[in-house]
Amino acid sequence: MTKRIHTPAILRSRKPVEDINRRGLLRGAVSLGALGMLTGCDVSENDSVQKTLRAVSAWNDGVQEAIFRPHHLAPTFAPSQVVKPPRFNAYYDIEDVKPVDGATWTLELVGRIGDKRPWTAQQIYQLPEQEIIIRHICVEGWDYIGQWSGPNLRDFLQRVGADLTARYVYFICADNYTESIDMASALHPQTILATKYAGDVIADPFGYPLRLRTSTKLGYKNAKWIKAIEVTNDFRETFWSKQGFNWFAGI
Amino acid sequence: MHWINAVAIFIMIGSGWKIYNDDVIFGFLHFPDWIVIGKWAQYGLQWHFFGMWIFVVNGLAYLTYGIVSGRFRRKLFPVSIPEVFATVGDALRFRLRHDDLTHYNAVQKVLYLGVMLIGVLIVISGLALWKPVQFSPLADLFGSFQTIRLVHFLCMSAIVAFILVHVTLALLVPQSLIAMLTGGPVVDAGEPRSAAAAPEIEATP
Repeated sequence: MTKRIHTPAILRSRKPVEDINRRGLLRGAVSLGALGMLTGCDVSENDSVQKTLRAVSAWNDGVQEAIFRPHHLAPTFAPSQVVKPPRFNAYYDIEDVKPVDGATWTLELVGRIGDKRPWTAQQIYQLPEQEIIIRHICVEGWDYIGQWSGPNLRDFLQRVGADLTARYVYFICADNYTESIDMASALHPQTILATKYAGDVIADPFGYPLRLRTSTKLGYKNAKWIKAIEVTNDFRETFWSKQGFNWFAGI
Repeated sequence: MHWINAVAIFIMIGSGWKIYNDDVIFGFLHFPDWIVIGKWAQYGLQWHFFGMWIFVVNGLAYLTYGIVSGRFRRKLFPVSIPEVFATVGDALRFRLRHDDLTHYNAVQKVLYLGVMLIGVLIVISGLALWKPVQFSPLADLFGSFQTIRLVHFLCMSAIVAFILVHVTLALLVPQSLIAMLTGGPVVDAGEPRSAAAAPEIEATP
């Protein structure tokens, strides 16, 4: 067997030009591999690496926008499958939630909106409601089925005379969280301003008095404790996208 | 193509482990920080959604080439089941022959075909995980969202197992590595080309 190992028979018939290419390729592969192995002092934080990764993430935003189907409905579920209470998610723990006072709260409207008069909780809670029982998927990998109701966002934007040809709908939240979604997702039939969960007014940790709930985005895009909505053509980074999470976050 | 794939797989597995850690499927399994790619969750995700393009584009090019050129048909078929058992028997008695690297034995055929199928399945399950709403009919084939995650995870496990065997055996038969670095013998027995000067093989670190 050892005799065969050193037989250079397999080295016959090489094409020298091909060799050079393969060697170059191999060198590239090995250095990239070595780069990836430096996780101790995370190479992802290196400026040019991070720039490249974010450029790919931005490219992925475009890909997701292109494959988004504005009228395709997400699967819906039976009330018996609903998890109560919903699962908490925020950039802090549930004990640190600062409840919003619904009596003094108002929803401000900003940007390309015709009627910018603020809304009180009472006014919003009187609007026609839509109920959706949909899957919440967190970027971490967990999911649950939730039953949400409240005014449809498209209806609401039309009611206040928003420019539906604008590119983004931006949400500013009471906990200094910010989030924005593309207009196509905002106008999707399963995108609502949720005020209730499983038929009851949403509890404090889950976004009382007003939060976004859309069937077409990962959990973190669903802004809670909304205090202002802006319709705009300007792209601004949001709470998680600033930290490198994908902005479009479509599902 | 093989080495591009090796880099892509390395990125996908390392970053996939980082993503897995955020919400483990098995309570006993948590990948240690030194083995994953990406210190924070967003870095793991960035690498994964970067590596996926390399893996998919390179993989599609490889499969297309293998099918169109007839390479798969020539080298991976037919697969004879009795021959698989015979090869396993030979291997256990250390009687495997490696004198003709252009010919795959039956076990190699089964493993290479199997890992290609797993590669396709990991992409399909990955698509279903990435876009369970846009591709909801695809996601429905798997059942629940957590089932898709499990399938994706099991495909990864199968690929890792394959890599362990594949790399071990390649190291045991070093001439196969030399062939991989130099381009190897010409598979189609055409006119023998004139042998070039002694090859300079760069050592891989």
